[in-house]
Amino acid sequence: MSIAYFPGCTLSTKATGYDISGRAVAQALGMPLEELPEWQCCGATFPLATENSMALIAPTRLLAQVEKVGGKVTTLCAICFHVLRRSQNFLENHPEMLDRINWFTEEPYSGKATVTHFLEILRDELTWKGLSEKVNTPLKGLRVAPYYGCLLLRPPTEIKMDDPENPTILHECLTALGCDVVDFPYQSECCGSYLAVSKPDLPEKLAGEITASARRHGAQALVTACPLCQFNLDYPQRAKDQAWNGGQIPVLYFTQLMAVALGLETAVWGMENHYVDPRYLFESYQLSVGSDQLSDEN
Amino acid sequence: MSRVGVFVCHCGNNIAGSVDVKAVAEEVGKHNNVVFATDYKYMCSDPGQQLIRESIEKYNLDGVVVAACSPAMHETTFRKTVNAAGMNPYRCESANIREQCSWVHQNDEEAATEKAIAITCSIAEKVSSNEELESLVIPLTQRTLVIGGGIAGMQAALDIADAGYPVILVEKANGLGGKMAQLSGTYLNFNAAPDLLNQKIERVTHHPHIQVILNAEVSEVSGYVGNFQVKIVNSEERVENYGGDMDDSQSSPTNNHSPFTFDVGAIIVATGWEPYDLEKLPEYGGGLITDVVDGLTFEKMLAPGNEIRRPSDGKTPQEIVFVQCAGSRDRERGVPYCSKVCCMYVAKQAMTFQERVPYAQAYVFYIDIRSAGKNYDEYVQRAMTDFHVLYLRGKVSKIFQEGDKVMVWGVDTLSDRTVEIAADMVVLATPMTPPAGAVDLGQRLHISTDANSFFTEAHPKLRPVETLTAGIYLAGAGQGPKDIPETVSQASGAAAKVLQLFSHDEMTSSPLVATVIPELCAACGVCVNLCPYGARQIHPVWNIATVNSALCQNCGACVVGCPNKASQVHNWRPDQLLAMIDEVL
Amino acid sequence: MQAALDIANSGYEVLMVEKEPSIGGHMAQLSETFPTLDCAQCILTPRTVEVGHHENIRLYTYSEIESIQRDGAEGDFTVTIRRRAAYIDWDKCTGCGACQEKCPFKVFSTFERGIGPRKVVYTHSPQAVPNKPVIDAENCRYMQSVRDMQSGVIPAVDKQGNPAKPKCGACLKFCPTGAIDFEQKDTLFEEKVGAIIVATGYDLISMESLPEYGGGKIPDVVDGLAFERVLSSSGPSAGKVIRPSDGKTPMEVVFIQCAGSRDPERGVPYCSKICCMYTAKQAILYKHHVHEGQAYVFYIDTRTGGKGYEEFLNRAQEEDDVVYLRGKVSKLFREGDKVIVKGVDTLSNLTVEIAADMVVLATAVIPRASSRQIADMLGLVMDENDFFTASNEEMEPVISTVPGIFLAGAGLGPKDIPETVAQASGAAAKVLSMFQREKVTA
Repeated sequence: MSIAYFPGCTLSTKATGYDISGRAVAQALGMPLEELPEWQCCGATFPLATENSMALIAPTRLLAQVEKVGGKVTTLCAICFHVLRRSQNFLENHPEMLDRINWFTEEPYSGKATVTHFLEILRDELTWKGLSEKVNTPLKGLRVAPYYGCLLLRPPTEIKMDDPENPTILHECLTALGCDVVDFPYQSECCGSYLAVSKPDLPEKLAGEITASARRHGAQALVTACPLCQFNLDYPQRAKDQAWNGGQIPVLYFTQLMAVALGLETAVWGMENHYVDPRYLFESYQLSVGSDQLSDEN
Repeated sequence: MSRVGVFVCHCGNNIAGSVDVKAVAEEVGKHNNVVFATDYKYMCSDPGQQLIRESIEKYNLDGVVVAACSPAMHETTFRKTVNAAGMNPYRCESANIREQCSWVHQNDEEAATEKAIAITCSIAEKVSSNEELESLVIPLTQRTLVIGGGIAGMQAALDIADAGYPVILVEKANGLGGKMAQLSGTYLNFNAAPDLLNQKIERVTHHPHIQVILNAEVSEVSGYVGNFQVKIVNSEERVENYGGDMDDSQSSPTNNHSPFTFDVGAIIVATGWEPYDLEKLPEYGGGLITDVVDGLTFEKMLAPGNEIRRPSDGKTPQEIVFVQCAGSRDRERGVPYCSKVCCMYVAKQAMTFQERVPYAQAYVFYIDIRSAGKNYDEYVQRAMTDFHVLYLRGKVSKIFQEGDKVMVWGVDTLSDRTVEIAADMVVLATPMTPPAGAVDLGQRLHISTDANSFFTEAHPKLRPVETLTAGIYLAGAGQGPKDIPETVSQASGAAAKVLQLFSHDEMTSSPLVATVIPELCAACGVCVNLCPYGARQIHPVWNIATVNSALCQNCGACVVGCPNKASQVHNWRPDQLLAMIDEVL
Repeated sequence: MQAALDIANSGYEVLMVEKEPSIGGHMAQLSETFPTLDCAQCILTPRTVEVGHHENIRLYTYSEIESIQRDGAEGDFTVTIRRRAAYIDWDKCTGCGACQEKCPFKVFSTFERGIGPRKVVYTHSPQAVPNKPVIDAENCRYMQSVRDMQSGVIPAVDKQGNPAKPKCGACLKFCPTGAIDFEQKDTLFEEKVGAIIVATGYDLISMESLPEYGGGKIPDVVDGLAFERVLSSSGPSAGKVIRPSDGKTPMEVVFIQCAGSRDPERGVPYCSKICCMYTAKQAILYKHHVHEGQAYVFYIDTRTGGKGYEEFLNRAQEEDDVVYLRGKVSKLFREGDKVIVKGVDTLSNLTVEIAADMVVLATAVIPRASSRQIADMLGLVMDENDFFTASNEEMEPVISTVPGIFLAGAGLGPKDIPETVAQASGAAAKVLSMFQREKVTA
């Protein structure tokens, strides 16, 4: 059973590690991701202006593409997911806007597509029990802190994925992989998001608080489902003058940990481009494949 | 031919604004049963009623139609009026030309007037063939069941028992006092409160007219006002039963393992409240962090003789953060309503804490300070100015454990800053919620509950202690969050309703009930199944359906269901209805 | 009324003494009630009529307690009641209204809170019970001229040598039953009673004591009860929302809560409890009358603790777009035909200036002026704000410190209608309990 997949721009450029690992684990779980035959940028933000027709054109066209391949799509990028699900929701409840955009794009969309995040597919279709049965390298003893950020879960009335005040979906995923999940207070504090572009100081400060808190609570790695969160938390740690295991903490995508736990080869872990290289974390595990390739960077 | 008088009300501008009342009176006056028709500004007013009474005499009327508001509003008023002039009250009817006519046709005077004429004529036709009915007399058991042995239930029981009527007080737990017994003290008489409560408990326990049944619940209720049968069962394993004058057991507790059945005439529901489930507040560490407790738990620490020690390690906390509206006024995640008592008890707890622990600091996060009550605002002012409790206007976003501290993140909206406090302990002022079984109990008693499972009063303004089921009254927080003075007042209010009910040895009730025409009844039993009030049965000897007039609520289900037209409702007979329809068409 | 009905319905006799010519109190002045927006008059009238016609209730309206004497330990009082001269023989009067129609003189009505007129001969309120008028002796032209003749201001004989006649007397001429009686004197009645319930209610603090809010001198600054009359369909404008100064429809109305309340320095220290809800109600009703209008509310805290109250406030803010500003108003003044309101919004930390068409002050609830006198007469204890004090404010809120005397309503402290009604029934319970006990032991 294959699933229509929208990678989005970031996963095709800066966050290829998320994309590669995601496709590989889906394949390994018997539900390969089938990239949409034609796609463009999702728009990157969900428009909140009163007059939002212009900004809705991109997501509407994408949803029309989704309908051509069965009407259901999944994403990995939390921002793409956020934009598409909210757009889908908005269009379904505003038929007059849908008519207007359809008239403009000339690619009619019915308003009925389904947008899911890959985490939801794991939870609702595969189930956590099903996932844990596929794990052949349980990551026992690895203390990981799930980091949700904002856009994956909010606003809960529209996203309807998990409780943003007390989320559990990543916790459950990581538990299924055998990790020791660390709770820390900053798990859903904002990372600074797009302010990384206009006011880079702010995300750096926020990232410092988030990573410090995670370390204080004993985490060895942070785990996220969002490429922007990953970048905002990882990039400020780039300076090599900080002590390797004192001041830094790797920031992983959940799919990367899945790739390790499912025993996939290191080529699909996609960990080469991290500012804080996470691969040392896995040295102690009895990996079925590619343990020789760990820490090849230096 | 009848001699009906028609009285058309202007209701100020409510009716006269869109209905030509003079034209209505004139047109209806032409009806062949109507001998007199007039209009007046306010029929319900003294002179309006005087006009009706005088006209009855002057024109020798034998029926009256008041074309005014809904019968729910003033039917009783006008029936009393005609009765005072010697007419049978059931020869008087309201024609609703306000709610069903003038209010809905405000922009079309012509059509509204035409409709008002049709409505009034049709009621005039009905009145002309109304029977003269007499009120029914129903026996009355002058004994009261009070459900709940908290301050509300005890106060109501005492007021009734003091008047000499027996009371059965049923309490689910194994002691009296309810939630008040768990409090350290009250706002204004902090130290005296436990004594005052104990005095009440003493009085209730030893009152010759009160029978207290502990560890018990009401399992079944049947009957109707003045004549309820209630079954009481053990809430756990045993029923303790002591005191009381209707039972031969005396002051010492006795055990009784079988369910009781009692006849009572009135029921007061005083089931109180329960604290909100802390686990529903994970963002505040509810149920997750040992040193995050709710208000009621903190009360126990403040109780005289206890020491303030935090649960995790028994240390005396130096800094405590109080979070108001933890779950209240939160439509998305908690309850939508305000719990009313928290602002005051938080001020009390914060002051008591600072008084007991030297150099301690209490912080209070609030949305609004709701200290509306006598001397309440002054009380909170004292917490701020004399005790230096730090009040921060804003919500708390998150509470988490960091080492042995409980970290509180919030915002102070007055300085526009986010605030982080490393506290030793956090007290959450969680909502007052109804007890888990409230909806169930409501169904057993046939009284309604609102969206938040609080019992619904008969009218939010003027009938706050009554329910829509006659003979069942409300007291205390089961009806909605309230503090002790309000609860006590309301409980006495409920007692007044019972005393009023018991002031006569029997009751009268409306004769407007269903009846069965024996010749037409085939005893098919359809009505028995249809009746929602259990008022029908097939008579074992006569083999026809019968009506228990006291239970019948005049809903008409049996009339619709009866295949032979044997079931009829007094003054809503088929011949009357057909005549009314003819008038309208 | 609630206390009287509960007791009277139980078969005991009740005397109701009311200072005004008719019963109903402040509730008769209200337009609609929160949170259901039921018309106050519609839910009140059945009660007033029931009281008026109750076989066990005797009304003494336009009357006050002259003195009270205690005859026994508990439940024995001799009460002297002074019924003020109405200058109309109520036994003859049919309430036809001819006198009011013909009376040529108008004064500001206290019932209409000064925003509407009444005649010098007047019935207290619409749908009054009892529906009997009284003559305002002070303003009556006839009675003035009689007084002037007596004091010699008007010579006993006019220039033509005819004996002087009192002026006007329109009512006298037109009354069809000859009920007008300018010679009427106050009457004293003596009654024996077993228990007394004090339910004297409240008043609003006078706007003169709030100079920073215009001190009652700006016509378009009114208090909460006056705005009730503006909204009421039986009010002076028959339900049209118009402002007193020029009869225009106000497009921007500012409501100021805690005007005098929670202000130990300039007003009263306590919270008046009802203003948050009635302001929300008035703002909603204003918006229902004037769809294009804008309502602003200045508040310190919104105190909407009560069943359905919080939800009602949400409705005002969300459905009726009432702008709530958390902060106090520092000053009001008149500028052209506008009232300029200067205040602060403490949540945005900005000072705010609104050019309003009308301002409604939710002025502080205070005890009736006569309550001190009543307390002295009955030996009741009062607090420093002149509210009556119960024997235990928390556990026995309706029992006074004097045996046989019970308390109900806003005379004890500000409270809303449901609380008042429940408490009144509570006071009735104490009386019934006491009487019933006496009956049993007698």
